[in-house]
Amino acid sequence: MKLLLSIHNLKKNYHTKQGEIKAVEHFSYDMKEGEFVSIVGPSGCGKSTILSILCGLDKKSSGKIIKRENLKIGYMLQQDGLFPWRTILENCYIGLELQNDLTNENKEYVKSLLETYGLKEFMNAYPSSLSGGMRQRVALIRTLATKPDLLLLDEPFSALDAHTRLVVCDDVWNIIKKEHKSAIMVTHDVEEAISCSDQVIVLTERPASIKQIYPIQLTDKTSPIHNRSCKEFSSYYNQIWKDIDFHV
Amino acid sequence: MYSEEHKLYLKKQIIYKWIIIGIQLFFILLFLFLWQILSEKEIINPFIFSSPKRVLETIVKLHKNQTLYNHIGITVYETLISFGIGTILGYFIASILWWWRSLYDIFDPFLTVLNSLPKVALGPIIIIWAGAGINSIILMALFISVIITIIHIYQGFKEVDLIKIRLMKSLGASKFQLYSKLMIPATFPNFISTLKVNISLTLIGVIMGEFLVSKEGIGYLIMYGSQVFNLNLVITGIFLLGIVAAIMYYFVCFIEKRLIKND
Ligand SMILES: Nc1ncnc2c1ncn2[C@@H]1O[C@H](COP(=O)(O)OP(=O)(O)OP(=O)(O)O)[C@@H](O)[C@H]1O
Ligand SMILES: [Mg+2]
Repeated sequence: MKLLLSIHNLKKNYHTKQGEIKAVEHFSYDMKEGEFVSIVGPSGCGKSTILSILCGLDKKSSGKIIKRENLKIGYMLQQDGLFPWRTILENCYIGLELQNDLTNENKEYVKSLLETYGLKEFMNAYPSSLSGGMRQRVALIRTLATKPDLLLLDEPFSALDAHTRLVVCDDVWNIIKKEHKSAIMVTHDVEEAISCSDQVIVLTERPASIKQIYPIQLTDKTSPIHNRSCKEFSSYYNQIWKDIDFHV
Repeated sequence: MYSEEHKLYLKKQIIYKWIIIGIQLFFILLFLFLWQILSEKEIINPFIFSSPKRVLETIVKLHKNQTLYNHIGITVYETLISFGIGTILGYFIASILWWWRSLYDIFDPFLTVLNSLPKVALGPIIIIWAGAGINSIILMALFISVIITIIHIYQGFKEVDLIKIRLMKSLGASKFQLYSKLMIPATFPNFISTLKVNISLTLIGVIMGEFLVSKEGIGYLIMYGSQVFNLNLVITGIFLLGIVAAIMYYFVCFIEKRLIKND
């Protein structure tokens, strides 16, 4: 498979009045096309930092990031950030508008996404009338509208309750697979990471560097909800959990 | 179309609304009635406290000698001009300060000082600069509203959700796109509340200015009335002012209702 993204020795320091914070150090990873990768690690270790550097919101201090030519990246955050003054459809158009790419063809594409993923009736509604799970799906479609090849998901489901979370996670995963996208997902939930991913990256305490990478091989691997009942699941869970060594 | 239960609910809502209006009317009438009676029986001094009837007579007199509408018109005109310029200028300056962050850091303390300075103190100097006329009045009212507009609007820009800003940037928004597609719509409720504050502040400025310099306007009526000890005129002026202020305020509310969509 072709290489999508190659990160070499990434380093990031934040500078504030209080001092210098080393957020990321010696982070290297080669990502293949079509992969779903999860990043887990202690809280505050620098996970979000890695994603914001990848999508260009933050500058790296040093290191190399080589992207496949014309790689388009879409970023999705924990909060959906939907604009309350725009309808669902207009919210999904925002990326296209900003990139001056709001052609009829792209509009149709967005509408078809909304239709496929059960939001057609809500196209002209405002975000306030949607449930948390639906809003998160809208946020994903807004990200997909500009046709990115790689999706960066920063704790995309942590605003949802436990049950909705399972269902929406499954939905989102299916959407990503169906649209043939690659994804990097940051999560606190080890089970979520194992059930979704091809690779799970475990980070060290801050400054974040790679502690361990787990290629996830499950017998009868299908979608996240079913993956949870695969027989290897719990052994992965135990290993990764131990690796993160939470200090409470 | 609706169920019986829902119809009943709607009916109750309407009845409640009318009861409230009824009670409000009752209090107004009671107040006017007591005022009139007490004044007529000379329990309160009618010369100092006037009476509804005398106020009405004064209004009719002003109407007959054609000056009523001139006074109201001039005050409304001054208020709208200052209000309009103050809002536009204030919004514009706030936007500039947002665009160039360091400009804000430079001017922040000056703004704070200007904001806390009672603007009446500037009255005499403005009159010397702009002459004892309508320009001074407009300028004084403008001074009051523009500073507060800058501060309110800028505050609104500053409070825009960081998540939404990051989202816009991650989608490749330029600074102008960020401003036009996020900052302006996101601070719209803030803008409306600034309008509401501004309309009353501008009116304060205008009346203050009219006290100081003018030869016409509601402020002048009040000032003139007090100088010749015609309390009927003073109270009539206050009454007219209350009506003008209320109409302007409700006008802003009306605009707000028309413009703010489902939120
Ligand atoms: N803009 C910033 N300026 C200064 N320090 C920052 C900034 N952003 C993050 N940090 C610091 O860098 C460290 C890593 O932050 P980051 O948000 O990447 O962690 P995280 O792993 O995503 O945490 P969480 O699990 O809470 O989401 C933290 O100590 C944080 O305080
Ligand atoms: Mg984070």
